[in-house]
Amino acid sequence: MVPGSFAMKHKVSLGLVLAALWLGLSGKLDPLFLLLGAVSVGFALWTALRMDIVDRESHPIHISGGLIRFWILLIRDIVIANTQVVREILRPRLAITPTVVEFESQQSSDLGKVILGNSITLTPGTVTLDIQGSRFRVHGLTREIAEEAASGVMDRRIPRDVEEGR
Amino acid sequence: MSGIEWLGVILLVLGALLGLVGGIGVLRFPDFFTRLHAAGVTDTLATGLFLSGLACLFGDWQATLKLALIFFFVLFTSPTASHALAKAALHGGLKPWKRREDPHG
Repeated sequence: MVPGSFAMKHKVSLGLVLAALWLGLSGKLDPLFLLLGAVSVGFALWTALRMDIVDRESHPIHISGGLIRFWILLIRDIVIANTQVVREILRPRLAITPTVVEFESQQSSDLGKVILGNSITLTPGTVTLDIQGSRFRVHGLTREIAEEAASGVMDRRIPRDVEEGR
Repeated sequence: MSGIEWLGVILLVLGALLGLVGGIGVLRFPDFFTRLHAAGVTDTLATGLFLSGLACLFGDWQATLKLALIFFFVLFTSPTASHALAKAALHGGLKPWKRREDPHG
């Protein structure tokens, strides 16, 4: 793919997202507000392009499809993890066994690592402590929760096309 | 009160209870890292219940969109902040608490 068309696709999609955001947040359709919106979107686009931050990392449209499935599963996991942590909190005698685990992730791109690290931290009971290369260090509230995080279920679930070259 | 308003009230009460449980966890857990997990309950499910409860009570699509955006931003910023805190604590030499009778500890 030529670099030019790549940038064009991202410019158009960023413009559409900004325009939708303006319409959604203002909720007004009279000419003055539409004009102000067009000027704002144009200015924001111009600024982003001047800063050269419109690329597949800041605006990853190439993974939007798989990401929705990932989010649905992530929200389900967050609810399950919440009930686990609530149970540990409300136990009359604390029985937590905090554990630090390390594991190799199969993510090779920065974006994939960020998604995995943030998803682990977002799930209550596990926090990503450190990432060295593809080695993740995770703190878990109990040994079971930590081992679950290290098992790589979340890792395998991240859309494959996060990686370069789709 | 209509059905959707009752749903909103129930969601808000559930969120408040969950926030309370998260607070209890922060007080009960032994060290910084475990407390971070307790705070995670307040960050995710309690916030989600609050915002969806408010969306039910407000009822118009614009408020719902704004609340959904807030939730979206929280989902990005709160793990980033938690990770930064945990990494800074580890870097500063804080050792995670371990149960003493733990054979692997």
